[in-house]
Amino acid sequence: MRPVYMVGGGITKFAKAHPEKDFRLMVKEAYDYTLHDVPRLSKDMIDGAVGSYFSDHFTRQLKAASMVQDYLGLCPKPSKRVEGGGATGGLCFQSAWEAVASGRMNCCLAFGFETMSRVNTWKGNEFIALASDTNFDFPVGGFYSGYYAMMVQRHMYEFGTTVEQMAMVSVKNHANALHNPYAQKAKRLTIKQVRESPMVATPLTMEDICTMSDGAAVCLLASEELAGKVCDRPVKITGVGSGSDAMRMADRPHGKVILLPHERESDYQHLKYPGVHSFRGGRMAAKLAYEMAGIRNPLEELSFVELHDAYTSSEIQTYEDLGLCRYGEGGRFVESGIPFLPGLDYGLELPKQGRLPVNPSGGLLACGHPVGATGLMQAVFAFWQLQGTIGKHLNDERLQVRNAKRGLIHSHAGTGTYITASILEAP
Amino acid sequence: MDKGTVLYGVDPLILLDHYEIDYHHSYAQDSPFFVGLTKGQLLGSRCTACGYTYATPRAHCMGCGAATSWLALPLTGLVHTFTTCHYGGEVFLKETPFTLILVEFDGADTLFLSRIKGIRPDAVRIGLPVVARFAKAPAFKVTDVWFEPADQA
Repeated sequence: MRPVYMVGGGITKFAKAHPEKDFRLMVKEAYDYTLHDVPRLSKDMIDGAVGSYFSDHFTRQLKAASMVQDYLGLCPKPSKRVEGGGATGGLCFQSAWEAVASGRMNCCLAFGFETMSRVNTWKGNEFIALASDTNFDFPVGGFYSGYYAMMVQRHMYEFGTTVEQMAMVSVKNHANALHNPYAQKAKRLTIKQVRESPMVATPLTMEDICTMSDGAAVCLLASEELAGKVCDRPVKITGVGSGSDAMRMADRPHGKVILLPHERESDYQHLKYPGVHSFRGGRMAAKLAYEMAGIRNPLEELSFVELHDAYTSSEIQTYEDLGLCRYGEGGRFVESGIPFLPGLDYGLELPKQGRLPVNPSGGLLACGHPVGATGLMQAVFAFWQLQGTIGKHLNDERLQVRNAKRGLIHSHAGTGTYITASILEAP
Repeated sequence: MDKGTVLYGVDPLILLDHYEIDYHHSYAQDSPFFVGLTKGQLLGSRCTACGYTYATPRAHCMGCGAATSWLALPLTGLVHTFTTCHYGGEVFLKETPFTLILVEFDGADTLFLSRIKGIRPDAVRIGLPVVARFAKAPAFKVTDVWFEPADQA
């Protein structure tokens, strides 16, 4: 395999609905933004593309990625679609990485989109729940918020995690997004407001859960040689990892923790793993990505993380899967202030504020979650962070992580069935 | 009768686009489980090679790949985790609030997703003993079984 770099990225403004633009035009906007940002790269240097969108039900247009391919004028170059639930964008990013790393392409476009506004929210929830076993799970009351709620109830039982700790994640991500013009749902919240918003599935309220969105995002990946020619500050992708777990939560084993380099078996003597409280696929993704990137202690060696916070609870669970803290410590990790941005006022007491910002963009909770675009959106934000160009692209410097050297992006599909982790490094 | 075209907007032009479909869905190798529910049986499966026991059945073992054999689970178990859904997918909205549980059984290595009824939602707890109940008129769906608190048995 050869080194792969990200040389450009673009995002559309995520919104509840974009009836004036279809998926082709949304991707086109993000694509044109990207090419404008890399003026020395011309379209004829792009060798092919990987498209990502989650649901044929939402789109009701099979092979929609082919329509994007022709809209962008990329025919007859190689193209394919990648689909993997909520992790669709992360899988697409890694598929483009594979195309360049293998030597098959010198430059590969990754594009992703979702148009979720064409059905009402509850029909949308029904579509998403079809990504659970339709014999055994969906008919019982198929509802992803319910599945994650059951997972965090067990997390609370095992580890003492509290709803207030979860609410702190919501406060953090919505407040970060006040400085991100791409975000759909930026706002200042208090823990009390999160808890008093309508209950969706106990203990998760409306403010614990991301919204459905229309949006698109694209990334351009290139070989070292091409990246050096077309981009002043290319960002190297130094690690990719992915993992999986059984579709049915009921089938998850109760065994031993998969250990990261900085952990010992004695840390988890009495923990049955992953059960339904943890994401084994996320731990596997992190382990593989860290091994490739040579990371021994993620808390010390990462500058920021953009992770898949479809739920406040899954952000806390993911701190643990990624080894930012030990299993069971995720609630106390957010309380410590570590995953908040330095220099922003959240209206909370945060003793270690800003040591390792998580979701400086606002994450899915505040940016929105147009599924096929989401994992690529994270890559674009990470790219801008590592280039030091957040101020240029967001018109606001406040989300720029100072001296950002290494970032992790994390994409996650339904109850942890597919998870990706990728490591990006500053030039 | 042709109802005409329903428009939601003209710039951009947005219209109602109806879609529905019937499937011939086979439970295939999982069929005995659904037949079992009509006889008041909760069938799990056990690996014929390694003995791993599935409370939600599957015909082949996730661990070793060997075939499993059917096994009647006990009709009582414990709540492993739970949630009360106040919203849901569109088809389930009219049933809200409903409470989902994962059930653990003696002698099974995995869990089973179901609903709990006959209890106030805020009284459901992890570790609560529950007993299986079966529909008198089966719909041949997994919802032909649900659970109630065991102390009401």
